[in-house]
Amino acid sequence: MSESLDESSRPRRSKLTAASLAVRSGRETLSVELALTLFRHMVRTRALEERAIKMSKSGEAYFWIGGPGEEAFNVCLGLQVHKGAGPAHDYLHLHYRSLGILLAMGLPMVDHVRQLAMTATDPFSRGRNFVGHYAIPAWNVVPVTSVIEVQYLMAPGTALIQKRAGGDGLTVVNGGDAGTAEGDFESCLLWSNRPGHELPVLMIVTNNQYGISTPAKTQFGDRRIADRALAYDMKAETVDGNDPIASWHAIDRAMKYVRAERKPFLLEAMVSRLHGHSSSSGAQRNWSETDCVALFEQKLIDANAIDADQVRAMKAEAKEEAEAAVVQATSEAKPTLQDVERFTYCASKVDAVYPSDYTGLPTQNAK
Amino acid sequence: MATLVQAVRLALHYGEQHLGVTDIFGEDVGPPLGGVFTATQGLKTAWNSPLDERGIVGTAMGIAYAGGRPVCEIQFCDYAFNTLDLLKIAGNQRWASAGNFDMPIVLMTPSGSGIRGSLYHSHSFESWASRLAGWKIVMPSNALDAYGLMLSAIVDPNPVMVLLPKALLRVKGDELIPGEPDDPDELARMIDAPVGDRSLWEPQWPDVREYFVPLGSAKLVREGSAATVVSYGRTLPLCVQAADELGRDFGFTFDVIDLRSIFPYDWPMVARSVAKTGRVLIVNEDTEVTNFGEHLLRRIVDEHFYDLLAKPRLLMGKHVPGIGLNQVYEQNTVPQLPGIRDALRELAEERV
Repeated sequence: MSESLDESSRPRRSKLTAASLAVRSGRETLSVELALTLFRHMVRTRALEERAIKMSKSGEAYFWIGGPGEEAFNVCLGLQVHKGAGPAHDYLHLHYRSLGILLAMGLPMVDHVRQLAMTATDPFSRGRNFVGHYAIPAWNVVPVTSVIEVQYLMAPGTALIQKRAGGDGLTVVNGGDAGTAEGDFESCLLWSNRPGHELPVLMIVTNNQYGISTPAKTQFGDRRIADRALAYDMKAETVDGNDPIASWHAIDRAMKYVRAERKPFLLEAMVSRLHGHSSSSGAQRNWSETDCVALFEQKLIDANAIDADQVRAMKAEAKEEAEAAVVQATSEAKPTLQDVERFTYCASKVDAVYPSDYTGLPTQNAK
Repeated sequence: MATLVQAVRLALHYGEQHLGVTDIFGEDVGPPLGGVFTATQGLKTAWNSPLDERGIVGTAMGIAYAGGRPVCEIQFCDYAFNTLDLLKIAGNQRWASAGNFDMPIVLMTPSGSGIRGSLYHSHSFESWASRLAGWKIVMPSNALDAYGLMLSAIVDPNPVMVLLPKALLRVKGDELIPGEPDDPDELARMIDAPVGDRSLWEPQWPDVREYFVPLGSAKLVREGSAATVVSYGRTLPLCVQAADELGRDFGFTFDVIDLRSIFPYDWPMVARSVAKTGRVLIVNEDTEVTNFGEHLLRRIVDEHFYDLLAKPRLLMGKHVPGIGLNQVYEQNTVPQLPGIRDALRELAEERV
């Protein structure tokens, strides 16, 4: 690359004279229309993550965790999910770096910020949980838990009901590379591959090569995480998660296989971690890692699919959207004392003490 | 009369026939064995899982998310300790998600001593379980209650843990389950799998009927005035026997309360009885540091201090790492009949 990538020096231009119909990566392509849709969601995700980090630094929020560096892969995943409620649609067992998936699925930014801002309007946890801990029944997004890897234990359960129900609904479970050290990862491989009872589980590992401060290479060998599927004669693939074109097609291949064969697939995506583990480690930008947004931006410009002015406008629009979400969420009501015990138990006709919601320990007046 | 374990089997059968149970699973739960205690023989939705307790609990949660109604089994509660964080998560899903997701799962597991089970088939679990907010915890002491509590556990839309007292699993009840044949031998011929090859065997289920024991409702098993005894599980029948013997020998009568539900617990019944008798003994076999009975004792002291006529007592297991195989260990680690009888008599006779 001989041309300068410095945005400030001059607007970048493609060397092509006519706009491309497709954007290419190796032997794979995406239509310009789809590529721009992906790019827009990647830019939106990045803008919201950066605004969220700012909130954690300014004291408007206590803690930030998220997935800057995973936008390319996650947006491709979110756009290919069969969204809806019940076994006919896909189930999502996610971890806390999944904003790109949700924004691509159509989550309003403000809902993400509401959880960060701990408001009573937080639709996922009423201000109880850390940011990115979604719980969305209408989209089969089961509650995200901070505990690493437990989601891999629950995935076979939803997939089992989906297989029984017929149809092509599948179960997506994602997590990081460090978490695969937990036995729960192996449990998911095992339970998804029981002979004669294989399950439609798309197991995803977004491999950012770190567990908080511990480099993966100091704990795992050189074999790919995807290779752990070998022991189960299970289909697997490793993809460059910084490349949205490769990611889109890898997810498409994996999903088609799982939907049709009703068997599991292990997809490992190599991604970046651009702001460290969380705000607990400072959340400073790590400029040495590949930035999927910058990379795709250049590719789109090179393909004459977008120009620098349009990129700038798209980024400004995303920042405005994030800012508006923050302004709205931070002005909303907070939980109150009355919320502490709410939602502990579901109403039950066979419970003598708590026929409706929990009200504290059993009392003399309980009956 | 059905045994306690037969009652569990009948309840699970009723559950899969009438209450929407979709999956009954765990290690050796499906055919050919049908459970190491036979609790799941002949059930149509029973299946064998890998030997993976965490996988069992997690899969049950997933089944529930997708609209199924699972009953999973941990073969012995001694092997549930590696699932504690999952149990915590199952209990907090509704609260953590602000009501977005319910977690209607039943986890059943044999608990407590009494089968000469050595270190890892003798643990108690209710004190651990009682700390799992979001769960309901029950422990029957007889066949009919096992049936009624299991049906409630299945119907309740929250996670419910059914602790089955190992020592009482083969004990026949003295009340018929609704729809159970009068002749216990006939019941055994109908629903017990034959020894040996059972590949062609099918159970003949009696037409058992709906019977709920509400969660959080204790049962007053004996009524009296000398003192209150609160127990559950294996030690409950021992408390009844001790009370009966002290009545026969010394004329003392006792309120004997079978708590049945560890959480929520029937505080009104306990409180009323303590207010009436002014004397209370709580008996269980879990270890004595941070024992669930201590919670009840704390509330009794807090709320009925001035009603008490004698110091309230708690009889429980010793704080040791396990129960040894030689019977000298078991006899001297967890409460037995003579100790319960002595404690009750002392309580009834104490004069300030």
